[in-house]
Amino acid sequence: MGIFESIAKFSLGLSKTRTALIQRVQAIVAGKSKIDSELLEELEHVLLEADVGVDMTTLLLERLRERVKREGYEHVQSLLTYIKEEIAKILEHDVLHMQEPAFSRIDQKPYVIMVVGVNGVGKTTTIGKLAYRYKQSGYKVVIGAGDTFRAAANEQLEIWARRAGVEIVQQKQGSDPAAVAYDALSSALAKDASVVIIDTAGRLHTKAPLMEELKKIKRVLGKRLPGAPHEVLLVLDATTGQNGLHQVKYFHDAVNVTGIVLTKLDGTAKGGIVLAITHQQSIPVKYVGIGEGIDDLQPFDRTIFIEALFEGMRQSA
Amino acid sequence: MFDNLTQKLESVFRKIRGEGKLTPQNIEDALREVRRALLDADVNYKVAKQFIADVQARAVGQEVISSITPGQLIIKIIYDEMVKLLGESRADITQAPLPPTVVLVAGLQGSGKTTFCAKLARYLHTKGRLPLLVAADVHRPAAINQLEMLGKQIDVPVFSQQDTEAVTIARNSIEYARKNIRDTVIIDTAGRLHIDEEMMREIEAVRSTVNPHETLFVVDAMTGQDAVNVAKVFYDRLRYDGIVMTKLDGDSRGGAALSIRAVVGKPIKFIGVGEKLDALEPFYPDRIASRILGMGDIVTLVEKAQEQFDQQKAQKLEEKLRRAEFTFDDFLEQLREIKKMGPLSQVLSMIPGMNKLPANASVDERNLTRIEAIIQSMTKDERRRPSIINGSRRRRIAMGSGTTVQDVNRLLKQFEDMQKMMKRLSKGSLRRSLRGMQFSL
Repeated sequence: MGIFESIAKFSLGLSKTRTALIQRVQAIVAGKSKIDSELLEELEHVLLEADVGVDMTTLLLERLRERVKREGYEHVQSLLTYIKEEIAKILEHDVLHMQEPAFSRIDQKPYVIMVVGVNGVGKTTTIGKLAYRYKQSGYKVVIGAGDTFRAAANEQLEIWARRAGVEIVQQKQGSDPAAVAYDALSSALAKDASVVIIDTAGRLHTKAPLMEELKKIKRVLGKRLPGAPHEVLLVLDATTGQNGLHQVKYFHDAVNVTGIVLTKLDGTAKGGIVLAITHQQSIPVKYVGIGEGIDDLQPFDRTIFIEALFEGMRQSA
Repeated sequence: MFDNLTQKLESVFRKIRGEGKLTPQNIEDALREVRRALLDADVNYKVAKQFIADVQARAVGQEVISSITPGQLIIKIIYDEMVKLLGESRADITQAPLPPTVVLVAGLQGSGKTTFCAKLARYLHTKGRLPLLVAADVHRPAAINQLEMLGKQIDVPVFSQQDTEAVTIARNSIEYARKNIRDTVIIDTAGRLHIDEEMMREIEAVRSTVNPHETLFVVDAMTGQDAVNVAKVFYDRLRYDGIVMTKLDGDSRGGAALSIRAVVGKPIKFIGVGEKLDALEPFYPDRIASRILGMGDIVTLVEKAQEQFDQQKAQKLEEKLRRAEFTFDDFLEQLREIKKMGPLSQVLSMIPGMNKLPANASVDERNLTRIEAIIQSMTKDERRRPSIINGSRRRRIAMGSGTTVQDVNRLLKQFEDMQKMMKRLSKGSLRRSLRGMQFSL
């Protein structure tokens, strides 16, 4: 393999196939084995301002330094490639989960999805979009209006259900959310529906009684249909900072979160906190919300996410 | 609130205290820790950098090094800088010289605008003002419904119009307020992304139409680094007068809101501390700063207690305490007073030192309810003379309150301990007794 070829491969980021020997050659060609501090600071800046967090940033830069020591680099572009690869490794942590095809495969019928999260992250909107996606894939969908606390939550979800063209099961405000969940599941079973999506009221993860309520909803679903819910989605606002880690931890402890929906990625926030989250808890990001339209929910794409992290960075020298 | 930042800074200061002398080197170490703590708290990268530079400029030098208690001095410098960052004094809402005062509320989706509007209306209502809520969020499904329902709960009228543009609703609402003698108009607007040109133009149009006396920008306390960008764009478009921080009842460190304050230079006027409509507090920068630094927000606690505690009741209680006649009835009454002060975790976080509790030692409010139930399952006689509660009475009380005999036993034991402590207390060794008191609520 010629040197030029290997450089080409190198810059394409196909690092996995490289042998130690080629890496050596690379280092000799590239020459540089230290990153100048200004550049390092800029990288740190970019990561921290994307809400990646101090620990995760330190870890990433440490890995970058190690690699540069080992392999050397030629210009900033290859350095960027390195760090993107390191991030990609973290995000593929839980590779099995990541391979689940979105909105299409359903291994249980009905497939019960419970949606949780703190206040104002976009749970109801996400449910509307999810319902629409499943419906588009040809499934019969029932939504359970489990947010019985917030004023007009029922009405809001009803509008989304109508837009998505799916059925909704609800009770009046203030009723027991676990009862609503039970009803919704029963109705789905009776009507032979394929997907059941249970909404829950937004709650701060630190409120113990409210987290207990969530556990109860989950328990009740499991009683009605053993194995349910098959999916517990935690909705996380992309603008969330380091508190996101706490949110995931507490919700995961309570109801065993199986996937994250990262919403509001259409703004300027990068949602970098999910790096620390996947690293610490190995919970995969499954979907991203990128707008207010009903089809603005997409499966999480690692590459796009990583590219966006460094979007603003000057790619000089 | 801000617990984690407090903990971090405290651990830094413990390190400094541990050393006899403060050298330029350990100032630097401490400040590195402070920087880390600030970043963990979501303080913006650039703001944190500036903050550290300011502190360093003041800390390094003879002032600190020649000082007798260098640790305290550093705390003071950091506290001063923090207060500066937060804005020095609290500000209220601007009043119109001629009513109605118009308040425009804006922010991102999900920041808590609608809830805040209702809270503000309730707050003004309890102060004798006549607010009018205006539902100008014509975009989010059922947003108008939500405000109408909230308005009903707090007995404040809500102005809304179906299928009308936000600008028109806002304009008409002021006419309506004049006719119906409402002195404050609170306009709830749709949540919008700062980069959504069309939506930003809509709110600019609302603003130029109603010409508000006060424009408030609502921000979620859990927001990360992007808060600064969002706040800047909203400020460029709306020139808002103040900031509202919501969801501070969680465990977010709220650093981003501090950065906003630093970047746009506008004061934080209110904070939201709960889902209930009375969970709105004015913002006091010095108090929050001392909270961040682990000094506890004792002032707020005292004020809250004064508000809630009936003075006469308190005096009676004190007498009883002195005569060691404290019964379960008194205990129940006290319990209810505490509950009135708000969520227990919130009350506790305001007491100095309490934020040092391990993070998982969360206070479960339902324990209070359980204790209440146990006491209520006692006969009057039992409440007065707990000594008569024998095995079969315990079983009955447990059954009646839906608890276990162990729960009842625990409460009786705690009550006994408390009575003992009060006897000692009445003999004057108050401080020591309090220190020895441990309540496993």
